[in-house]
Amino acid sequence: MTKRASILSPTRRHFLTGAGSAIGGLGAIRILAVSPALATPETLASAMREVTKGVTPQPGKIKLEIPPLVENGNSVPLTVTVDSPLTEADHVKSIHVFNEKNPQPNVASFHLGPRAGRASVTTRIRLADSQMVVAIAQMSDGSLWSDRAQVIVTIAACVEEIN
Amino acid sequence: MANAIIKVPKTARRGEVIEIKTLVSHIMETGFRYSTTGTHIPRDIITQLVCRYNGTEIFRADLYPAIAANPFITFFTTATESGTIEFQWTGDNGFSERASAKIDVE
Repeated sequence: MTKRASILSPTRRHFLTGAGSAIGGLGAIRILAVSPALATPETLASAMREVTKGVTPQPGKIKLEIPPLVENGNSVPLTVTVDSPLTEADHVKSIHVFNEKNPQPNVASFHLGPRAGRASVTTRIRLADSQMVVAIAQMSDGSLWSDRAQVIVTIAACVEEIN
Repeated sequence: MANAIIKVPKTARRGEVIEIKTLVSHIMETGFRYSTTGTHIPRDIITQLVCRYNGTEIFRADLYPAIAANPFITFFTTATESGTIEFQWTGDNGFSERASAKIDVE
């Protein structure tokens, strides 16, 4: 009997741990299937690295205008303005906008030039959650400037299902 | 089906900074949504807007699913010479839309 139990118990233990991990695994798969993984600060950082190439952008020169509290995340007005003389020697090359918690960290990239006249771009974006929005401007001399804003969203984008 | 609305001043003084507004009708399906039956809705977005002033590129925007439906983009340019300003949107599933506006520069 004792001998039998000693033989049985490891199998029972194995079975339970095996079943447990199987359920755990299923659970993990279900969670992934139900909600697409949100962009995390790490993916935001890696998306920003593609633009910054490891250089930390300095604050200033760029202004990100976005309402601090929005009702509908499906359409959030956003304006990015960069302070630059916009000459052949010193102009804004590009403006990049990122978000923290949408499924994808990129929002848009705008490529400007010395002929822009005023380095200002307005568009409407989607926000899946209350989060931080980051804008980075790249100048013709390679310098990087950034601004960030925290936005509270009451109705998130991308969550509704369609038939 | 798809149509674009652009707003460019008809006349401008040489060197004047003009505002350009663009709006194009498009669902901008993110590719992150599922229908009630659980089927994945594939991505269908506009990926790029290019603006050319008499053939020279003056503005380009790379768009991602985080852009709201019916992409609305406003930007500025300097009125240098009379001519045409052309807009071209390209996107998933071979989406392509063009628009152009004439401008008189005094």
